[in-house]
Amino acid sequence: MKILVIADHDNGALKPETSKVVNAASKIGTDISVLVAGHNVGSIVEAAASIAGVSNVLVADNAVYETQLAENISELVLSIAEGYTHILASASTTGKNMLPRVAALLDKSQISEIIAVVDENTFKRPIYAGNAIATVQSNESVKLLTVRASAFDLQGTQAPAATSVVGTVVDNATTQFVSIEQTESERPELTAAPVVISGGRGMQNGENFKLLEGIADKLGAAIGASRAAVDAGFVPNDMQVGQTGKIVAPNLYIAVGISGAIQHLAGMKDSKVIVAINKDPDAPIFQVADYGLVADLFDVLPELEKAL
Amino acid sequence: MKVLVPIKRVIDYNVKARVKSDNSDVDLSNVKMAINPFCEIAVEEAVRLKEAGTATEVVVVSIGDKACQEQLRTALALGADRAIQIETDQKLESLHVAKLLAKLVEQESPELVILGKQTIDADNNQTGQMLAALTKRGQATFASKVVIENGKAVVTREVDGGLQTVAVNLPAIVTTDLRLNEPRYASLPNIMKAKRKPLDVVAADSLGVDLSPRVTLVRVEEPAKRQGGIVVESVSELVEKLKNEAKVIS
Repeated sequence: MKILVIADHDNGALKPETSKVVNAASKIGTDISVLVAGHNVGSIVEAAASIAGVSNVLVADNAVYETQLAENISELVLSIAEGYTHILASASTTGKNMLPRVAALLDKSQISEIIAVVDENTFKRPIYAGNAIATVQSNESVKLLTVRASAFDLQGTQAPAATSVVGTVVDNATTQFVSIEQTESERPELTAAPVVISGGRGMQNGENFKLLEGIADKLGAAIGASRAAVDAGFVPNDMQVGQTGKIVAPNLYIAVGISGAIQHLAGMKDSKVIVAINKDPDAPIFQVADYGLVADLFDVLPELEKAL
Repeated sequence: MKVLVPIKRVIDYNVKARVKSDNSDVDLSNVKMAINPFCEIAVEEAVRLKEAGTATEVVVVSIGDKACQEQLRTALALGADRAIQIETDQKLESLHVAKLLAKLVEQESPELVILGKQTIDADNNQTGQMLAALTKRGQATFASKVVIENGKAVVTREVDGGLQTVAVNLPAIVTTDLRLNEPRYASLPNIMKAKRKPLDVVAADSLGVDLSPRVTLVRVEEPAKRQGGIVVESVSELVEKLKNEAKVIS
């Protein structure tokens, strides 16, 4: 078994998801290579080589990979795919964008968002917004898998593994990068934070999300939101937790003014401890909450901030 | 410009899926079905492009048994011009769907194909990307804004950490995210009119695509149930429990 993990990074730093994908890969086999494709990625390569269990880092350092367009990366992966039995990427927007393109170029079926490795051919994944867990067996000679990072642990570190340069440079004729508009945040990344506090429609407006900030600062938490809060324009959409947003599994998840629709639960119900603050005692969120507080969030939030 | 919109019949998004007692699959008998919400957004976007004079024809396609004609009629009522059903009883993987759609793209040569980013049943998020690879077209996934200008689709994409804009030469493949638009409802007169719009049925077998399964569904089970929680009376009690009982804060 030869496994290729495609590193997830924003061309500035390696994302912790990569370490978790290597953790998933280590449950399949031991010969693990990591591909880092980007531009001026020296420190990212170093970080990838230091993940425990990585035997080799392949580096494709070229301006055409800087924005990681799927058209370029998929051709690059195709050019080096020979010999690998498994190709893994994180189920981030980058991985989801690129890996199915690779799969089709290789004429292989892909398995998305695995949460467990049963054996080298068999994997578990959630379907129907996490209301069912499917065990699926791939009969393909090359298994393409995206990995739900929140379901796997961070790997340890090691003395850096060897690196080698991949020569292929592929630029496409169809798609050009125009611009990126990044959401500024000094808080931990939503998908990696140990504590997440999320607001929903009950927050009433974007201004009131400030009530969550003091609590988030005290807990070292990331701030999330339900789709209702995003659609109402309270906060930007990359804060959305749920089936179609981000999937998180922190130690502590605090849901404030969130009713708990199926689609939201799909994104957070694997959290270790869930706290719900809602004034409606019948809100479905209380069915999954370990601790529920039936109260008006505008009374409770300042009190909570003070109590921490 | 011709726009092709593939749609899928799925369980209604408000219905909680139940696992069959023999753990073979999810139980879909007597469950309310609907157009996949992301596909609805794709239809809406195509119809808006037509209303803006950018698109000249909107063709919707669905792959499945006869029942999916219901969703095709709904799409026609929303403003699509004609529908194609690729008929099969088989359960298909994303790769099969992409290959069948690639054949249709070859026949219909649409300048734009708009798909949903994922279906809410399989949650795969693959078909659009695979179709783009198979037709050698550029792709813009997770679109929250689409502008057609100078032979390109300029698409704002929802990515982790923010918004990315790409320009894709036409013909192109676009997949929709939730915030692209708010789909309209079908009016009764339009539902009546939709019954007279053309709906062609093509046998999947006639398209020459190998549909043999590549992935076996071994078992489907309920996710682990969470232990029932408790209701606390006050903030101080909550903080005390989190510190001393759950030990998740210090």
